[in-house]
Amino acid sequence: MNDPVVAKRPARPGDTGAERGVAAAPHASEAPIPPTPEAPVTTKAPHVRPGDRIFRGLATGSGVFIVVLIGAIGLFLILQAIPSLGLDNVNFLTSREWNTTDPTNLRFGILDLTLVTVVVALVALLIAMPIALGIALFLTQYAPRNLARPFAYVIDLLAAVPSIVFGLWGLFVLGPVLFPLSEWLIGNLGWIPIFAKGNVNVQLGGTIFTAGIVVAVMILPIITAVSREVFERTPTMHVEGAIALGATKWEVVRTTVLPFGKAGYVSASMLGLGRALGETIAVAIILSTATASFGWSLFDGGSTFASKIALAAPEFNDARSAGAYIAAGLVLFVLTFVVNAIARSIVAGHKEYE
Amino acid sequence: MKIQRHGAVLGLVAASALLLGACGSDNNAPTGGNNTASNAASVPVECGGKTKLNAEGSSAQKNAVDAFVQAYQAACPGVDLAYNPSGSGAGVKNFNAGQVDFGGSDSALKEGAETEAAAKRCQTNPAWNLPLVFGPVAVGYKVSGVDSLVLDAKTTAAIFSGTVKKWNDPAIKALNGSATLPDKDIAVIYRSDESGTTDNFQKYLKVAGGWTKGDGKQFKGGVGEGKEKSAGVAQAVGSIDGAITYVEWSFAQDNKLSVAKIDSGAGAVELTAESAGKAIDGAKIKGQGNDLVLDLDSIYGSKAAGSYPLLLATYEIVCSKGYDADTAKAVKAFLTVAATTGQAQLADAGYVPLPKAFQDKLLAAVKAIA
Repeated sequence: MNDPVVAKRPARPGDTGAERGVAAAPHASEAPIPPTPEAPVTTKAPHVRPGDRIFRGLATGSGVFIVVLIGAIGLFLILQAIPSLGLDNVNFLTSREWNTTDPTNLRFGILDLTLVTVVVALVALLIAMPIALGIALFLTQYAPRNLARPFAYVIDLLAAVPSIVFGLWGLFVLGPVLFPLSEWLIGNLGWIPIFAKGNVNVQLGGTIFTAGIVVAVMILPIITAVSREVFERTPTMHVEGAIALGATKWEVVRTTVLPFGKAGYVSASMLGLGRALGETIAVAIILSTATASFGWSLFDGGSTFASKIALAAPEFNDARSAGAYIAAGLVLFVLTFVVNAIARSIVAGHKEYE
Repeated sequence: MKIQRHGAVLGLVAASALLLGACGSDNNAPTGGNNTASNAASVPVECGGKTKLNAEGSSAQKNAVDAFVQAYQAACPGVDLAYNPSGSGAGVKNFNAGQVDFGGSDSALKEGAETEAAAKRCQTNPAWNLPLVFGPVAVGYKVSGVDSLVLDAKTTAAIFSGTVKKWNDPAIKALNGSATLPDKDIAVIYRSDESGTTDNFQKYLKVAGGWTKGDGKQFKGGVGEGKEKSAGVAQAVGSIDGAITYVEWSFAQDNKLSVAKIDSGAGAVELTAESAGKAIDGAKIKGQGNDLVLDLDSIYGSKAAGSYPLLLATYEIVCSKGYDADTAKAVKAFLTVAATTGQAQLADAGYVPLPKAFQDKLLAAVKAIA
C-alpha cells in the first residue's frame, strides 16, 4: 500500500466506520500506519546508514579483489615465463617443436598447441551450441512447468560431474563406440582435409574428434543454464502480442524469444568456449599425444595448452623447463581473455534487445 | 509443496547415484607374481621416535611405499608415514627444503646444486641415496597369434624409433626363428606425461641398443602416439592388435599384455622376479661408502645369462646425519622394515624384492644413519 494513500485517509473528516455502518476496527488498526515520525526524516539531507557503508565497502572490495587477482595471475605468468622465453632456441609463436628436457637447450613453440586447443574447442562449441539452444527453448517454451524444473536440475547436475569421470568415459566408452563412425568418415570423406586419416590410431579413439565431443558434453550445462535464464525473461507482452497476431509456437520463438535472447545466448556460448579452451584432465586422458605435427584433421592427436601442462607438471624440477610451460599457460590466458572480450563486444552490440 | 519438490530432486539425485554406481567394474582382483620374499627374520626393528613421518617424491614407488607402510605399522603399532607421490623433482625439492623427512626419486641427487642443498638441509652432513625400490619395465605387446616374442635392445631401439615398422621385419624374425609373425604395422605407444619410466627406458636403449634419440622424461623416439600414465599406455596396447609399449610390469600383468623376452647376448630372458633380482645383484655401486648411488650402465649393459636388465631403480634420499633424535629413530625404523619385512608384498605390487646381498648393503647404510 502506498504511503500517500494511507496517509490521506485518516485526514479525511468524518471518514469513520460508524458512518458507513462498518466496524471501526479496521480503520483503527490502519490509523497508526502513517509513518508520521519518519516523515520529517525524509525531507532532510540523505542519511547514510552504517549498513550502506559496509555493503558498499564489501562490494567495492570484491570488485577490486578480482581485478587485482587476475592482474596478479597475469603478472606471475609473465614473470615466470620471461626467463625461459629468452632461452628459447626456436620461435615461440611459429615453431611446432616442444623439447624442454635439456634446460640449457630449450626448444619450444606453441603453434601446434594453439591449433589443437582451438580446434578441440571449436568442435565442442559446434556440437554444444545447437543442442544447448534446443534444450533451453524446450525448457522455457515447450516443456510443461512441472517438468521443466526437475529437468533443469538434471542438466545442472551434469556440470557437477568431475571432469576426470568425463575423461575416463571418453577413453573407455565413447572412443571405442566412435571407431566405426570415424573409420567411415575417413574412408568416405577422407578427401576433405578435416576428415583425413590422422597421425594417431583411430581405433584407440584418442583423437580431437573424441575429445571435442566429450568437451561438448561438459560445456552443455553452462550454455544451457545461461540461455534458459535469458529466454525465460522474454517480456510476456512480446510473446502475447505475437500470439495475438496469430503466430504459431515456432513463429513466437523466432520473432520474440530468439531476438530477445540472442545476446545472452552468444554470451553463454562464449562462456562455454572459455571452459572448453581450458579443459584439462578430460582432454589429457582422452587425447593421444602425437609425434607427427597437427595436420588439420579431426582424427589427429596432439596436446592442448592445458593438457600439455597437466601431463608435464608432476615432474617439474627445473625452473627453466617449467617456465616454458608457464609461457604456454600465458598464451592460454591471453587467448581466453580475447575470447571473453569478443563475447562482451557481441553482447554490447546487441543492447537494443535488453 | 516446496518440500515435495525438493523431495523429487533428492530422489532423482539418489536414483542417478545408484545408476552411476552400478557401472563400476568388479574386476579389481589383484594379479601378481609369486611371492619371492627375501629373508625377513632376524633383523630387529627399533621402533620409536616420531609417530608420523612425511615423505614425498617419485610416483613410481608409490605402491611399494604403501606396502612398506603396512609392514611398518604391523611392526611398530601406532606409527604412520604419509607419502605424497608428487614426482621426483618435487621430492628432491621438498627434501632439500626440509619439508619432508625423506624424499623419493627416480634418480640420485645431481652433483652440485642438489647435493649442496641437501647437505645444507642435513646440517652440513651429506645426504645418501638409498636404492630401495626396483621396478622392472616390461616391453608389453599385443599381436594376435604371437604369444612369445624375443627382442634385443638394438631391435627394440629400432622399433621405438620407427626404423622397424612391421611385425614381420627381418630384424624381429631373426630373433624369433620359429614364430609366425604377421605382416602388420607396429603401433608404438608411449607415455604422454613426463615419467621416470620413459627416462630409464631410453637410458637402457642408449646403453644397450645404440639409441641416439636422447633420453629424459619425454619420449624422443619420434614415432607412435602417447597415452597418459602407465594405466593409459597399458590399456591402449591391450585394445589394438599390433601395439607395443614399455610399461611397469604390474600394469602389463593387469592388462594381460604379452611381455617380450629380452636377449642381451646370452639367450632370451623372461621377466620374472628372479631374473630381475639377478640384474640388481650384478649392479655396481658408484657412490662413496653408504651413499649407494647405482651405476645404472652396469645393469643396462649387463650381458649376464638369466638377468633381466630393463629396470627402474628409485631411491630414498635421506640425511646421513643431522636429523633430530626422534626423526632419525623413526626414519631408521621405517627403512629397516621396508628393506626386510616390507619386501614380502613387493612382488604382488609389481616390484622386485631385493636380493640378499643387496639387502645387507642397504641395512648397513640404514644402520649408519645417525
